[in-house]
Amino acid sequence: MASATFDIYMLGVGGQGIGLLSEALLRAFDHAGTQVRGVDTHGLAQRGGTVISHLRVGPDTHSPLVREGSADLVIALERHEALRGLQTHLRPGGQLVYYDAEWQPLPVRLGQAPRVTPEILATAAQERRARLHRVFVEDLPDPRQQNVAVMAWLIRHGVLPGLTARHLEAALADLLEGPTLARNLELFSRLVGAGPDSPP
Amino acid sequence: MKRMTDVLLNPAGGSEIVMGNTAIVRAMIESGVRVVTSYPGSPTPEIASAIQTLPAERCPLYFEFSTNEKVATEVAFGAALNGHLACVFFKSVGLNVAADTFVQLGLMNLPGGLVIVLGDDPGANSSQNEQDNRHLARLAYLPVLEPASPTEVYTMFKAAAALARAERTAVIVRLTTHVCHGKEKVTFAPWEPAPPDDTPRFSPQNGPYIPITSLVFPLKRQALERLGRLPGRLDPHICTKLSNHGNRRRGIITAGLPYLSLLDVLPAAREWPDILKLGLVHPLPRQKVLEFLQTHDEVKILEELDDFLEGQIKALAFDHRLPVRILGKLDPDDWMGEYTPDKVARVLARAWPDLLPPPPPPPTVTAPPRPAQLCPGCGHRSAFQAIRAALPPGTITVADIGCHTLGFLPPYEIGQVLLCMGHSCGTAAGLALFNRQRPVVAFLGDSTFFHAGLPGIINALFNHHDFTLIVMENGTTAMTGHQNHPGTGRNFREAVEAIPIRRVLEGLGVKTILETDTYQQDRLTALVKQALATPGFKTVIARHPCMLKFTREQARQGKPRLPPVRLTEACDQTKVCISSFACPSYQFTPEGKVRVHPDLCIGDGSCRPVCPRQAIQPGKKGEA
Repeated sequence: MASATFDIYMLGVGGQGIGLLSEALLRAFDHAGTQVRGVDTHGLAQRGGTVISHLRVGPDTHSPLVREGSADLVIALERHEALRGLQTHLRPGGQLVYYDAEWQPLPVRLGQAPRVTPEILATAAQERRARLHRVFVEDLPDPRQQNVAVMAWLIRHGVLPGLTARHLEAALADLLEGPTLARNLELFSRLVGAGPDSPP
Repeated sequence: MKRMTDVLLNPAGGSEIVMGNTAIVRAMIESGVRVVTSYPGSPTPEIASAIQTLPAERCPLYFEFSTNEKVATEVAFGAALNGHLACVFFKSVGLNVAADTFVQLGLMNLPGGLVIVLGDDPGANSSQNEQDNRHLARLAYLPVLEPASPTEVYTMFKAAAALARAERTAVIVRLTTHVCHGKEKVTFAPWEPAPPDDTPRFSPQNGPYIPITSLVFPLKRQALERLGRLPGRLDPHICTKLSNHGNRRRGIITAGLPYLSLLDVLPAAREWPDILKLGLVHPLPRQKVLEFLQTHDEVKILEELDDFLEGQIKALAFDHRLPVRILGKLDPDDWMGEYTPDKVARVLARAWPDLLPPPPPPPTVTAPPRPAQLCPGCGHRSAFQAIRAALPPGTITVADIGCHTLGFLPPYEIGQVLLCMGHSCGTAAGLALFNRQRPVVAFLGDSTFFHAGLPGIINALFNHHDFTLIVMENGTTAMTGHQNHPGTGRNFREAVEAIPIRRVLEGLGVKTILETDTYQQDRLTALVKQALATPGFKTVIARHPCMLKFTREQARQGKPRLPPVRLTEACDQTKVCISSFACPSYQFTPEGKVRVHPDLCIGDGSCRPVCPRQAIQPGKKGEA
């Protein structure tokens, strides 16, 4: 990890909490002593549109933007967005981790485009030699915690180079407080400690 | 939790991960900026969010959201006349609103100094164009610094403030979207809080400040002379940065974020051209550019948006009879979009096809597009549903800027023409001339009403124009992040008396003012029909508070969300809730049936009137 760049491209739908996810990962890498930079979508797109965050880890980066087809890891908080991130930014052989929420975009709801099903996503991932991982928590207390479920999955499977649960917890403590912090830390710890499921 | 205040006000300085829009506030504080003004607009409103974290008793600066960018610039100008270091910031197209004031600033002697922070938007991420404001800076004889990263935002703002103060002038710091929002660890210098000097030091002796007829010329001469000497007054490391790779054949001149993109692209190149990065983009640092041109066979101008530098650099080479080959914009594509690393690779390949390996083909995307949507419960959705039912075929609908602009999308398709903030009444008036066949309906948001809407309304009254104005009042400046405006009863600091839109319209003498909450769809339909049947200029206030703001406030107060609405057995899958109302909460099951998405529905029930089977019922507590 000394000189390699690790590029993470995150996307979801406005309102899903991509901002907290990207800020937490950014700060976690910083807590781990790794150079990191990134950028989030703000403004108009947040109104129910695709929201994107770029994160670039390592000492040899300059622009905060991840290049097309070059992300080592794509994290999506929604299934249609997972397909988009796979197609635009994941490098061949990279990892795609997605929370299996389904927030159908307008063309799907108006019958102008087909839904993205888990099967369509799996086929697309296979074609691009991507390692696909589905995250889904049956008993999630609050849909706004899907991002925390994804953080826990990433830590449990060691997907983020050099990061441990401690770094993520410190990052969350930087960003949240009171009952919100307690609730999210509790979920995070529970999911990090859960038994192994699909290996990365 | 880490407090932004502690970072921004820490006397010891220190390092912190921040975005450009936060770093600039620390730079303001260290520079001793006393007055900051703005009108909200992407990509800059997070500057105000950072200022908002400063507690009133410890906040070293005064901040206000003014009614528009022109007023904001004037407030900052006035403060600078009194000797305060002032700053105004707004988005790219905000400079058009401010232009009448802005173009005079170069002529003025500003004892306090003024920094103008522009948030340009290459790529039109959240703007109606991607205008290149360097042109306007040139028009006004004002210098422009262009940072590439949050660290440079911090250092260049401080340099701009020092220059503005020393030269008693206005200096522009031009940011772009991903410079505003880019995040990295920035190291801040120590800062010694000092009590402000609030003496009003305005004196006409510092002027002249009345530029009338022949008095303009000495002021213009002074502006040009000052502009000429500025490059020499700036820290040379900020002015330009040379990366010498020993390449005498090829060089690149660039600035801002494209510089960082270039550094990410070049590791794959066959050779490293030398790079001259400009921090000062206006006036051109002629000497450094000239030296660069003299020492290279070919120079590529890697310039986002327009050919602002290119023309000047080619002229410089011509004047000095240099044999260098200068490669500027080669294709309309070079003029468009943000210079991301991918874009820079394509632009460079056009100039030097052998430099980089052939870029991979652009990705094939089959994922369905996801345009921005009105939020669940948004009052504008109910309004569009109700208004559509009132409009006869052939009605011309004129959109304006705000969340309600999204009404142009299917399935509503209301709002067929858009220019800029507050254009709707003027444009509607023109569309209504000689037109007895097709009704004309203009839309306007509440913040825009105050910002630039009023002159169009007054003109409609003054010149007896015949159209209907629908004010889409959601009680906030929603699109840019819920800033207050004169109609909300709060300014940036405190509660104030609201200026109700209805009262303004009454005061102007508008005869027909109809109003309703948009959730009452039948009533709104009837009111719009009534307005259309009334001759002359008439208004409908279609009101409902922003539900995103409302639900966020509820969540912050720890109040539980209302349970989602539910579909009863009466639902026979007519799907009007999707095909016509299109609330994002209504989705399809894998079997193609309508369902209510529990993550999205806020239980507002605004959808209930649209179901012809009355199958939508309030949710029951405990359901989610």
